[in-house]
Amino acid sequence: MNIIKRAFTKSIWVFHMSVGSCNNCDIEALDCFTPRHDLERFGIQLIGSARHADALLITGAMNKKAVVRMKKVYEQVPKPCVVIACGICALSQHMFKDSYNVAEPLDKILPVDLYIPGCPPKPEAIIDGIVKLVDKVNKANR
Amino acid sequence: MKSIFYYLIFPGFIFSATIGLLAGWFDRKLTARLQWRMGPPWHQNFTDILKLLGKEVIVPQGTKLTFLLSPYLGLIAAVLVSTSLGRSIISPLESFGGDLIVIFYLLAIPAVALIIGASSSRNPLASVGVSREIKLLLAYELPLILSIITIVIKCKGALQIGQIIQQQMIFGSNVFSFSGALAFIVAIFCMQAKLGIGLFDIAEADQEIMGGTLIEYSGLPLAIFKLTKAVMLYTVPLFIIILFLGKDLGPIFLIAKYLMLLVIMTLIKNTNPRLRIDQVLRFFWRIPTILGVIAVILAIFGK
Repeated sequence: MNIIKRAFTKSIWVFHMSVGSCNNCDIEALDCFTPRHDLERFGIQLIGSARHADALLITGAMNKKAVVRMKKVYEQVPKPCVVIACGICALSQHMFKDSYNVAEPLDKILPVDLYIPGCPPKPEAIIDGIVKLVDKVNKANR
Repeated sequence: MKSIFYYLIFPGFIFSATIGLLAGWFDRKLTARLQWRMGPPWHQNFTDILKLLGKEVIVPQGTKLTFLLSPYLGLIAAVLVSTSLGRSIISPLESFGGDLIVIFYLLAIPAVALIIGASSSRNPLASVGVSREIKLLLAYELPLILSIITIVIKCKGALQIGQIIQQQMIFGSNVFSFSGALAFIVAIFCMQAKLGIGLFDIAEADQEIMGGTLIEYSGLPLAIFKLTKAVMLYTVPLFIIILFLGKDLGPIFLIAKYLMLLVIMTLIKNTNPRLRIDQVLRFFWRIPTILGVIAVILAIFGK
């Protein structure tokens, strides 16, 4: 079983989900797959269907309408899966805090495994965060 | 005992899956280098399969049996083809007469398994993928049959893989003649459509219909579909090599020919966008079909 758990950290398939973001985090997340940063060398791929995903990359400020859909998608992802909060909006709602149309920060709704702050976070910051997440999963397995 | 060994280990399941996964990595690495990226390490596809074994399997409501069994149907058929072809290369006259027809039908079964499994998942996007897969099957079968008929005529009516190999050992590869070259071009397009890569990745279009036919699969069944794809990536080019380039089938020549076909496929995939399904139908029923008919006529007149 240990080898399967190790394989999990070497091939993370990411389902990218925007919950009312301004698109900056989405662009930076896609930048990680361009030739300059190339996340595929670590086996990380963007995937179309939530059923294939190992990680949910969530960006945005938690719209009240989008949160319902986000919970549905989280239920559809086969476990084990990790949840990545990308950008300061997903972490703490930033300047949309106390706004009329946002719910709560992400970690009050789903169990978040990785926080990547920044507005938007640089691709380097996202890669750094993923490396730290892999270390964390490896330590938990040991 | 011997046939079980053949089926499970040497020309069969483990060998062909290993070669197929390595070929899949070669494809990904070459794509990455063409896009000025680094690309994944060599064990990436094995890691993906291993990881999928550890994931939860989610089954849609009410269709458990068909949904879970159809991946095995495709894998069994693909492995049967790879075993049969591998044994034919090792000892040409071992199999029965007419195995060319059996292999041709078995090569269509992975697509049929995909159609059955995906349509039992009751997902609207999967049904879009299924309809595209069926149309793709209808589109490429006719030119492929025509190019195989060309080979059969050129080999004086031989319907056994071993006889075709022996005929080419004596008279030279089929591709070095007018009809053979035309049929080879047709077969290369049909091979890409059968593998569903590059221009013909329409049934599984990840960016457009989110995985299409595979959308509801997760965990072990998805891993088996990926393995089936890997085995097909080994089997279909091998089938084309045996039919068209069958003069020297020693290990080094075989690997060189296989890599040549893989590089051709990857280059076509990286320089052309994906087609729409109506464009695929129009393409296959015009140019390759006409080329195939011309090849058959030329073969009848002995060119």
